[in-house]
Amino acid sequence: MTDDRTLPTSKRPETVDLAASFEQSGVREILAELDDSMIGLAPVKQRIKETAALLLVDKARRQMGLATETPTLHMSFTGNPGTGKTTVALKMADLLRRLGYVRKGHLVTVTRDDLVGQYIGHTAPKTKEVLKKAMGGVLFIDEAYYLYRPENERDYGQEAIEILLQVMENNRDDLVVILAGYGDRMDRFFEANPGFRSRIAHHIEFPDYSDDELFDISEIMLNEQNYAFDPAAREAMAEYVSLRRDQSHFANARSIRNALDRARLRQANRLFNEAGGPVDAKMLSTITEADLRVSRVFQGGLDSDSKDQARQSAQRGAQ
Amino acid sequence: MKLRQGQFSFLPDLTDDDIRTQAQYAIDNGWAVSVEYTDDPHPRNVYWEMWGHPMFDNKDAAAVVFEVNECRKEHGSKYIRVLAFDATHGWESIRMMFIVNRPTEEPGFRVVRQEVEGRNMRYTIESYAAREPEGARY
Repeated sequence: MTDDRTLPTSKRPETVDLAASFEQSGVREILAELDDSMIGLAPVKQRIKETAALLLVDKARRQMGLATETPTLHMSFTGNPGTGKTTVALKMADLLRRLGYVRKGHLVTVTRDDLVGQYIGHTAPKTKEVLKKAMGGVLFIDEAYYLYRPENERDYGQEAIEILLQVMENNRDDLVVILAGYGDRMDRFFEANPGFRSRIAHHIEFPDYSDDELFDISEIMLNEQNYAFDPAAREAMAEYVSLRRDQSHFANARSIRNALDRARLRQANRLFNEAGGPVDAKMLSTITEADLRVSRVFQGGLDSDSKDQARQSAQRGAQ
Repeated sequence: MKLRQGQFSFLPDLTDDDIRTQAQYAIDNGWAVSVEYTDDPHPRNVYWEMWGHPMFDNKDAAAVVFEVNECRKEHGSKYIRVLAFDATHGWESIRMMFIVNRPTEEPGFRVVRQEVEGRNMRYTIESYAAREPEGARY
């Protein structure tokens, strides 16, 4: 950890300027960046601000010799898919590094596959390897509830959980663990593994985006790639967002990103087929209504499509 | 007799913090750090047992200290060292090597004299510990 953690009594400062250390550590920049770059998520931002304040105060207390223990920093991020859990985890790692709670601030993202082995005796080394890689940074376990499979009592996931718990407790200075997953399944996971619940101090819930927020996100995503909607396409997109929400496999911002990827594909196709003469930059970067309206979402969603596919494959089988 | 091999061997034994600092230096230079142990302290015994693989993609030395402590749990009565291997072209060799754990009692070495043709003498050294079979040395 940083050197200011264990100052001898003689070197302890009399007062600590919280505002100054807020500025110096660069926490303000991170929080501002978080505010600018991420739409919505008000409760998440609020929680992160609170956490940052807590950690700043804790750091000050340590400089004055009032606290010695490393606070528990392990967190759980719960929320539906595509609500920005991984992105926020990246920012969190940066935040913790600037505050001096982790040394390197890198994020290691893993799922069950990376932790649990395939045969007896394979799990422990595998889990330890991942933990070692994450030391000095943040270990982000996506869909953490898959580690625990109650229906199979010989599942190796339990072994990974035990090692995780042990390292979370003993190497608190070395790494921060963030568990992420859907809300209800994470709740059940914590109920079945009370050890985790007690070792995690910060539970942060990610709400779904509203339709307006998703629309804003789509515009930002397009702008980042130097594309833009024309006015009719803008309306189509707003309609798309509200329709898409009620259909299956809706994954918030991720669904939007996929929709835009497909729209770009159609736009390229359209330009290729229609454009007789040379195309200019504006044409190359404009997504029109036609590119969006073709989407299956406007024809009743993915389900109708899967029926089509089933019929086609049945026909193929008959041939 | 304290074994003097590798870096820092004339200094007091390294603490975990010292190990961390040194290993971090190696990692920051892009060297792969690994942990090895042995119960044969002969200076020409260069092939020690490997404790796990060299740690190629660890960014933080906490992992090295963690492995050293894991190794101590199992081989606490033997010699443990930390190595840093530099894979860059032209080097391709060990850049750092220091002992981080040693047995409580180190009996040291004896000189062995062998009389050969023409009353010539050959000298060699032998570790007292190595006279015992492997596993029963320390």
